[in-house]
Amino acid sequence: MIQIDHLSKSFAAVQAVKDITLSVEQGEIFGIIGPDGAGKTTLFRMLTSLMLPDSGSASVVGLDVVKDYKQLRQVIGYMPGRFSLYQDLTVEENLGFFAAVFGTSIRENYDLIAPIYSQIEPFKARRAGALSGGMKQKLALCCALIHKPEVLFLDEPGTGVDPVSRKEFWDMLGNLRKQGLTMLVSTPYMDEAELCSRVALMQKGEIMAIDTPKGITKAFQMPLYAVRSDNMYQLIKDLRTLDGMADCYAFGEFAHLKMLDTATPAKDVTTRIIGFLQAKNHRNIEIKPAAPTVEDCFIELMRN
Amino acid sequence: MTNVKNTITMNNNIISTDHLTKIFGKFTAVNAISFEVRKGEIFGFLGANGAGKTTALKMLTGLLMPTSGVATVAGYDVRKNPDQVKRRIGYMSQKFSLYEDLTVRENIRLFGGIYGLKMTEIRSKTTDLLQKLQLEPEADKLVGSLPLGWKQKLAFSVALLHDPQIVFLDEPTSGVDPITRRQFWELIYEAAAEGVTLMVTTHYMDEAEYCDRVSIMVDGKIEALDTPRAMKAGFQATDMDEVFRKLARGE
Repeated sequence: MIQIDHLSKSFAAVQAVKDITLSVEQGEIFGIIGPDGAGKTTLFRMLTSLMLPDSGSASVVGLDVVKDYKQLRQVIGYMPGRFSLYQDLTVEENLGFFAAVFGTSIRENYDLIAPIYSQIEPFKARRAGALSGGMKQKLALCCALIHKPEVLFLDEPGTGVDPVSRKEFWDMLGNLRKQGLTMLVSTPYMDEAELCSRVALMQKGEIMAIDTPKGITKAFQMPLYAVRSDNMYQLIKDLRTLDGMADCYAFGEFAHLKMLDTATPAKDVTTRIIGFLQAKNHRNIEIKPAAPTVEDCFIELMRN
Repeated sequence: MTNVKNTITMNNNIISTDHLTKIFGKFTAVNAISFEVRKGEIFGFLGANGAGKTTALKMLTGLLMPTSGVATVAGYDVRKNPDQVKRRIGYMSQKFSLYEDLTVRENIRLFGGIYGLKMTEIRSKTTDLLQKLQLEPEADKLVGSLPLGWKQKLAFSVALLHDPQIVFLDEPTSGVDPITRRQFWELIYEAAAEGVTLMVTTHYMDEAEYCDRVSIMVDGKIEALDTPRAMKAGFQATDMDEVFRKLARGE
C-alpha cells in the first residue's frame, strides 16, 4: 500500500530524511518509532504530498506522491501532530466541513466513524477549541476518516496525551485495523511499538531497523539483567564500573544491565553481581534476567 | 493554620499545601489538595490531561493566586510572598526552553543576570556548567542549533543557576530519545543528591518509577500519594502504567 524508495529531504545543512526505503502492506499498523528530530514529520509530509522530496520516490495505493498528488489526496487521511481543526467551529461543523471538502457527507460514512464519534456526539454543539485533549484527538481522527480513506497517516497522535487516553486511542486504531484500514503511525513512545504489526526505528533521518516488534527484540543478542537496590543513582554508577559490563541505564523500577559475556550461566553472573554490589554497601539488592524491550533495542542501535 | 511555617521547618517539608483550591467560574480545577514534599525528594506529580496538574503547579510557583487554602513553598506562603517563593525556585517547562537566537554562553549570562547573580559568579558558574554538560565546544553556538536533548539539559542547568531549593520540571523529557532521556534523569538524581528538591510531571510511566514518591491527580484531587513500590502493591499492579489506569479510569 505504501512503497518508499531511497527517499531523501534536506533543509539547508540538515538532512531530515536520509535515503529511506520501506514498504507497508495492506491492513498493517506500521509504526515509525523515534524521538523528536528523527525526521518522522518530514517523512509524513512527503508521503501525504505536502512536501516535495529532494530525491527518491514514494507511492501510496499505487499513486506517486509527486505526479499523482491530486488523486492521492482523495484516498488518504492525515492526522497531523498539531491539532489542526477549526477551534471556533463546533464539533459537528468541523466534521461536516471535512466531509464537504471531500465531496461526501457525515451520513454517508457514518458507520466507519460511529464507534469513535458516538463518544463525542453528546458535545457536538461545543466549539472544538473548548474540548479536552482526549476529545480533540477523537474529533481529529473522525475528520481524517470521514471520506473513508484507504490509508491513514497519524503523526504522533499520542504526544502530550496521558497514558490512559493513549491506550484508548490505540484501542480505536486496533478496531480500524480490523476493518482493513492501513495505517502509518509515528510515535516517540517506545512501548507503543508493541501495538504495531511492524515498526521502523528511526533516528537522525535514518532507519536503524525494520521488523515486527518481536523480530526487533530478538535481534538483541547480549544477556540483559534487571537490577535494583535502595539507592538507584549509586547503583547505576557502580554497575558501570563492573567487569564485563556492556551498558547500564535506568529502566523503570530497575536498572538494565547489559553484559558482554554470553557464555557464563545467568546464575553465576547474578551471584558475582550480588557480591560486587554487597561490597559496595548496597542494600535490598534484587537481580534477575530481563527480556529486552523495543526501547532496549533502540538504545543499543543508537549506541552503535 | 497560623503556624504552618513552623510545622514545615520541623517536618523538613519544603512544600506543604492545606486544602489548596482553584476555581475558574463554575469549574473547580484544583479541589482542596493537601500534601507535603520533603527536602531533597524527587516527587512525581502525575495525572491525566485536565486533572489540574498545571493549575496546581502555577499556584505553587507563585504564578496563580489560589481561590482558597494555603500553600507554603520554601518557607513562604505563595499568596502572601509570591516574590520570595519565585526567588527560591527554578522552573523548566517542556515548551519554553531558552532563547534560541542567543548562544549558550549568552543564555547563561542573561538568566544569571535576571536571577541577580554577580558577574564573577556568572563567570564561574558558566565554566562549571559547560564542563559538566561537556558543552565547551558549543559555548558560542546559537542555542537554536543544538539538538533537543542538549537544549533540555542546558535549560535544566540554567534553572539551577541561582541555587534554588526546589526545581519544578513540567514534562522535561517529552519527545526526547531514550538515551538522552536517561542522561536527563541522571542530572535530576545528581541535583537531588546535592539536596535540591525536584517536582516533576511526566507522561512516561517508567519515569514515575524513578521518583522517590509520586502523587496522582484525578479531577482536581490527589487520589493517591506514595512510593511507586507501595502504590503498585496497594493497587496490585505490575507497573505504574496499570496503577495510573486503575486510578484515572477506575478500571
